[in-house]
Amino acid sequence: MPELTLIAQNALPQGVVTTLAGTRVEVLPMRRLSALMPGPDAGPLAEALMAQHGLGLPAPGSVEHAEQAECLWFGIGQYLLIGPAPAPDLAEAATLTDQSDAWASVLLEGPRARHVLARLCPLDLRARAFAPGATARTELAHMGASVTRTGPDGFRVMVFRSMAETLLHELRAALEAVAARGMV
Amino acid sequence: MRLTCPLCGERDLREFTYRGAALTRPEGETWGDDWHDYIHLRDNPAGENREYWAHSTGCAAVLLVTRDTRTHEVLGSALAKGGGA
Repeated sequence: MPELTLIAQNALPQGVVTTLAGTRVEVLPMRRLSALMPGPDAGPLAEALMAQHGLGLPAPGSVEHAEQAECLWFGIGQYLLIGPAPAPDLAEAATLTDQSDAWASVLLEGPRARHVLARLCPLDLRARAFAPGATARTELAHMGASVTRTGPDGFRVMVFRSMAETLLHELRAALEAVAARGMV
Repeated sequence: MRLTCPLCGERDLREFTYRGAALTRPEGETWGDDWHDYIHLRDNPAGENREYWAHSTGCAAVLLVTRDTRTHEVLGSALAKGGGA
């Protein structure tokens, strides 16, 4: 039998999709994503993450950063390592799953970004409730999504890759509607 | 209605799925009135009710929520894991 090599591919072509009212929708490059599921005791995972990747274990709703690496709180008992391949020691402390091409990541950035997202998602997106560095698992136009605030005007939205085109469609339509209102 | 998730904070109802009344499961495997009650009979209280809600499009935790059915006021919510303590 011939040997097969499977290569992860981004769900969407990378790059800027739309820019309106100074606000852009951009498909982010695919990065290595690993789900880390430690089970009832997350202690060993916290130690291994710090020792191997210089990352703390994020508290609910938050993100930890290190050089070239990021760790998201990703729901109950689940964390998402973004960037590096997980160090072998992590497998001792948690169940690891490669999620690299399972999610589509889109950046929504600009002065109207918050208003666009508010049309699609029930989160309180004001800075005092959802500050830069906050992350949430939530619903976006009926899709299960992960929303992370990357800056004062920036949001990274992730959905399952099967819904990637729908996400772009919804973001584009909401951005057009917000931009048509002009600057409020 | 909004529900408070112990992990995510106050969230919109559309992120949650109702998972039924929180009941005490009878002991033993012999059919009797207690099992009949547990499986088939439900109170329909006008007032405080204990029920399970899954935070399905949120953090995926199952919550034990105490709610007033007349006002939708949420009187308490905790992770169902560990008995809702």
